[in-house]
Amino acid sequence: MNQLVVSPALRKSEEPRGWSAEVWRRFKRHRASVVGLVVLIVLALLSLFAPLISPFAFDAQDIELLGTPTAPNATHWLGTDQLGRDNFTRLLYGGQISFSVGLAAALVASAIGATVGAIAGFYRGWVDVVLMRVTDILLSIPPLPLILLLSGLVRPSVPTLILIIGALGWMSTARIIRSEFLSLREREFVQSARAIGSTNGRLIWLHILPNAIAPLIVATTLAVGHSILVESALSFLGFGVHPPTPSWGNLLNEARQWLDSAPWLAIPPGAMIFATMLAVNFIGDGLRDALDFRN
Amino acid sequence: MSFGSFIRRLLGTIPLILGISVVLFSIIHLAPGSPLDFYADNPNVTREALEQMRVAFGLDKPVPEQYVRWLWAFLNGNWGISFRTGQPVLEVILERLPATLILSGSAFLLSLAIAIPIGVLAATRRYSKLDTFFTFVSFSGISIPVFWVGLMAQLVFAIWLGWLPAGGFQTVGNGSFMDVLTHMVMPVCILSFATIAGWSRYVRASLIDVIGQDYIRTARAKGQTPRKVIWRHAVRNALLPIVTVVALDIVQIVSGAVITETIFSWPGIGRLFVESMDGRDYPVLMGLMMISSFTMVAANFAADMLYAVIDPRVRLA
Repeated sequence: MNQLVVSPALRKSEEPRGWSAEVWRRFKRHRASVVGLVVLIVLALLSLFAPLISPFAFDAQDIELLGTPTAPNATHWLGTDQLGRDNFTRLLYGGQISFSVGLAAALVASAIGATVGAIAGFYRGWVDVVLMRVTDILLSIPPLPLILLLSGLVRPSVPTLILIIGALGWMSTARIIRSEFLSLREREFVQSARAIGSTNGRLIWLHILPNAIAPLIVATTLAVGHSILVESALSFLGFGVHPPTPSWGNLLNEARQWLDSAPWLAIPPGAMIFATMLAVNFIGDGLRDALDFRN
Repeated sequence: MSFGSFIRRLLGTIPLILGISVVLFSIIHLAPGSPLDFYADNPNVTREALEQMRVAFGLDKPVPEQYVRWLWAFLNGNWGISFRTGQPVLEVILERLPATLILSGSAFLLSLAIAIPIGVLAATRRYSKLDTFFTFVSFSGISIPVFWVGLMAQLVFAIWLGWLPAGGFQTVGNGSFMDVLTHMVMPVCILSFATIAGWSRYVRASLIDVIGQDYIRTARAKGQTPRKVIWRHAVRNALLPIVTVVALDIVQIVSGAVITETIFSWPGIGRLFVESMDGRDYPVLMGLMMISSFTMVAANFAADMLYAVIDPRVRLA
C-alpha cells in the first residue's frame, strides 16, 4: 500500500539530463535525420580513408587506357576517364575536397556571421547601423553570381576558395545572431553579470553567445550543405577547384564532354552530391526541431 | 501604407545600390590579374601596344578614379565598351537579355502553375500517402544539384530517347515557334525544379495555417462544398504570404539561369556572364552584376510593398 514510493524508472526519467543528451534524444525521434547522419558519416569515412580503400592514386594514369574513357569493369569499378585514371578513386578523393571545403567554408561563414551579429546586436548604435548596412549590401547581390565573379577572377587555390565561399556566406547568420543578441542583452542574467563587473568581451562571448548557440548550430549545418553545393557548382562551371585535383563538381564538368559516349562518368559524382545534400538537409531539419525547446 | 513611407523606402534603395556598385567595382578591379594578361602572352603584341590598350581601357588610372568615371558614365546611360567585342556594354547585354527573359519568365509561370496545386493538394490531404510523397519529392528537389539534373535530362531525353534537342535556342535554318518551344522544354523545366520544390512547401504550410482558422469553420458550417471552401476562401488568403516568397525567389531563378544556360547553350545573359568571365571583360561583368543586383533590390522592395498593401496590419518602419 505504499503508493508514494516512486518507481526507479520514473525517477530516472525525471533526473535532469544534460543539454546535449536532451538534444540527442529529441534528434533521434526523426528517423530521416538519423538516416541522414549515418549516410553522411559513411560518405565522409569513405572519402577520408580513400587511400586505404582504393589501390590507385588519384592522379595515377594507366597508359594503355589513354584517349577515351573506359566502361566500368572488374579492375576499375566505375571505369576510367580519358586520361586513364580510375573514376572510383577520383570520386573518393573528390569527396575529400567537397567535404573539407563544405565544412571549412561553413565554419568560416559562421565565425564571421557570429562575430558581426554579436557585435552589432550587443553595441547597437552606429556600430550596428554600419555592420547591418554592409550585411544588407552583400545580401542584395545575387549570391551565386557574386561568388562566381570573385572565384572566377581570383582563380583560387582550395584554401582561398574556402575563404571566398565563407566570406560571402555569413550574412544570414549575422542577422540571426544579431536578433538573438538584441533580446538576450536585456535579460537579467546579463544585467547581473554586468553588475559584478564583467567586461563587454566576457558578456558577449561567455554569457550571451552560449545562449544563442542553438540557432548558430542549425545555421552552420545548413551552411555546410550550402557550401558543398556552391563549391560543386563553381567547379562544374570551371571556376572552383581546378583539375587535376578532383572534386565532385569538376568531375561532372569533365563528364559533360563525354556525355553521349561515356554516360557512366556523369552519374556517380552527381549522385554523391545529391546524397550528401539530402543527408545534410535532413540533419538540419532534425536539429532545428531538436534544438527548439520552446515547443 | 502611406505614400510617405513608400517614398522613404524607395529613397532608401539609392545608398544601397551605390554600396553594391562600390563592392562590385572593387571586387572586379582589385582581384589579381588583368584583362590584358591574355595579350601579354602574345609575342606579336608589343609593350607599347599593351600600354596603349591599358590607357584606352582606362586601366592606368587609380581604382577610385576609375570608379568615379564609371559611375558618372553609368548614370548617363553609358555602361562602357566591351573589352572583347568593342561593342557598347548595354548593346551586348540587351542583345542577350530577351533569351533570358523568355527562359526565366516561362520558368516562373511554370513554377507557379505546378507549385500551387501541389501545395493545395498536400495541405488538404495532410499526412496522407500523397502528402508524404510530395514532402519527399520536394526535399529531394531542394537537395539535388540543378546542373546534375540538367545533365541527366540531356542524357535521357536528348541522347537516349532523342525526343528533345540537347541545347541551343533554335535549329539552324529553322527557328519556327515550335522549334524554339522544343528547345525550351528542358531548360525551363530544369530552371523551375528548385522553385517548385520550395514554393509548394510554402503553399502547403500557409494553407494548413489558414484551414485551422475560425472563418473556414464558419464557411463549412454554412454548408459550402469543401471544394469551394478550399479554393474560394482558404487558398486566396493562404497565397498572400506566398507573394513575398515568390518575389524574393525571382533572384534564385536569375542565378539558376547562369548554370542552366551554360548546360543548354542558351544564348542569354547567364552564358554571357560565363563567357565574359573567361575574357575578363570587366565592363560587361560590371553591367551584368549591376542588372542582377538591381533586380534583386527591386524584388525585395516589391515584396515589402506588396506585403504591406496586401496585409494592412503590417506597418512599414
